[in-house]
Amino acid sequence: MTNLVLLPLLIPVIMGAVLIFFSKNEKAQKIISGITMIALLIGSITLFIAVAVNGTLVMELGDWQPPYGIPLVIDRLAAFMLLVSAIVATSTLFFAFKTISPIRSRYFFYPFFFFLLTGINGSFMTGDLFNLFVFFEVMLISSYILMAHGSTNFQLRETFKYFVINLFASMLFLAGVAYIYAATGTLNFAHLGVRVAELGQDNILNVIAVLFIVVFGIKGGLFPLYFWLPRAYTGPPTAIAALFGGLLTKVGLYAIIRMFTVVFNHDPDFTHTVLLVMAAFTMILGVLGAVASYNYKSILAYHCISQYGYIMMGFSIFSPIAIAGAIYFIAHHSIVKTALFQFAGVTEKITGTSDLKKMGGVISSHPWLAWLFFITAMSLAGIPPLAGFFAKYPLVLGGLEEGNYIVVAVALFVGLLTLYSMIKIMKFVYWGKAKHDEERQKISVRKLLYSVAPLVILTVVIGFGAEPVLQFTTEIADEILDPTIYITSVLGE
Amino acid sequence: MELLMSISIGVLFMVGTYLLLSKSIIRVVMGLLLLSHGAHLLLLTMAGLKQGMPALVDRYDQAFTDPLPQALILTAIVISFGMTSFSLAIAYRTYKFHKTDNLDELRGSNDD
Repeated sequence: MTNLVLLPLLIPVIMGAVLIFFSKNEKAQKIISGITMIALLIGSITLFIAVAVNGTLVMELGDWQPPYGIPLVIDRLAAFMLLVSAIVATSTLFFAFKTISPIRSRYFFYPFFFFLLTGINGSFMTGDLFNLFVFFEVMLISSYILMAHGSTNFQLRETFKYFVINLFASMLFLAGVAYIYAATGTLNFAHLGVRVAELGQDNILNVIAVLFIVVFGIKGGLFPLYFWLPRAYTGPPTAIAALFGGLLTKVGLYAIIRMFTVVFNHDPDFTHTVLLVMAAFTMILGVLGAVASYNYKSILAYHCISQYGYIMMGFSIFSPIAIAGAIYFIAHHSIVKTALFQFAGVTEKITGTSDLKKMGGVISSHPWLAWLFFITAMSLAGIPPLAGFFAKYPLVLGGLEEGNYIVVAVALFVGLLTLYSMIKIMKFVYWGKAKHDEERQKISVRKLLYSVAPLVILTVVIGFGAEPVLQFTTEIADEILDPTIYITSVLGE
Repeated sequence: MELLMSISIGVLFMVGTYLLLSKSIIRVVMGLLLLSHGAHLLLLTMAGLKQGMPALVDRYDQAFTDPLPQALILTAIVISFGMTSFSLAIAYRTYKFHKTDNLDELRGSNDD
């Protein structure tokens, strides 16, 4: 039963390695990776159900008892993240089948896709700080390669910047690990939680906490450390950008949530205020970037930033309802952003450009695409009854209850600007007179829409079915707000 | 000993950060390299340097040096080795494609 825990880790890493041997055979790669992905999806769903029914699953690797060994811990939050990651990755993979050119897929696109998933899933599951670092590196090296994949000038330039800033963050991460090991003598999350509670979280531990905010802030694209993100996410092919926008930066946010609920949860007046201020600036500056931009993909990339601000806002308000909203927001945003990036890819295929001013009138030749985009964009902007509304509502409610009026005002204003820039895309790209020629109007994109449509349906479904989903995320929030649950299930006292 | 180590870590971090801020790609890569050395030494030093016997539990059952940081460093060194070789590869590719190693000229416009 507990061996089930290994599935989301073993399936992608083994099959990623196997796929390397089939790099010259595109068809075999597609079949193998398709089957692998579906197996991973089924595994994640099984795990999700198992955790939802039985509570936290803990696997001690090599049977070393905690706190000495490295445990894999899947609580409700981790299981939820694994499920979201599997859903998003499945959709992206099937989208990649039709958009990644054969020449790219020969150079190990699919293996690195799965190695990236290994890193992401591992980061969600691990119960050890240093192991988190290792999984981060697994994820990052795959992401560097995928980001530079194809080696256009633009991609190389942006990958170099992304690489440098992330490697710098990794070194800070190592320094943070060193400091926290010196201060507490352990690296196991649960044990860290116990030790930090004993020591009392004051001067030195607060400094370490801030160091971790910086590290995960760089990886998670928070103000003032997000500058690498917009251009890095604009460069690579759409399938890769969709995966990055949907999943990659979520891992940094997840790490913040994990660290600041289990370990550094004793001084929220300080740490969570820092996070709240960062969240407010992230929201507003991200959306301003989107408002100013006229490139389809870069608008979406800037929106990623502002949405991370929302997630952090929900978390740093630190009340059950706001955290429930933040977790709902993670699911909502992963789904919607992946879908939007895929729409950007489809539209680029039709019009041959991602510059808004050179596009127009796509709705006349491809009505399905336009209307599906419209639904998704409205969901991102937070129009009821779609998922975006129910993601923002608990955040606003939680903020008002806790008296954080300024950040609530910022959030609502940013929502308005989000709506504006979504309407901007709708107006420039889909309405108006067609600017693409006859030949391009006949391009059929139906097959591409098959992989996006489930995501659009999902955002509608979790919007209409917000009640049970929010109930579940509230359970998650209650669970992570009480770190003793996590600690006792790992250390078993 | 700890003091000496701390000073050299500080120097490594300082030089690394300085190189990171320079304009040549290869200097930036070297800066990252030095930073990673600094971080590894920090990991070793923060846990305390030699405090007794080797960590062979059967032979010496009194005080022995904490073996965990060494395991951590080993992992971290392997990772940063991989990262360094990748960074050299990508620096070379960037240089070859853009025909410059000056980061100012790589600032980029909306040309591509």
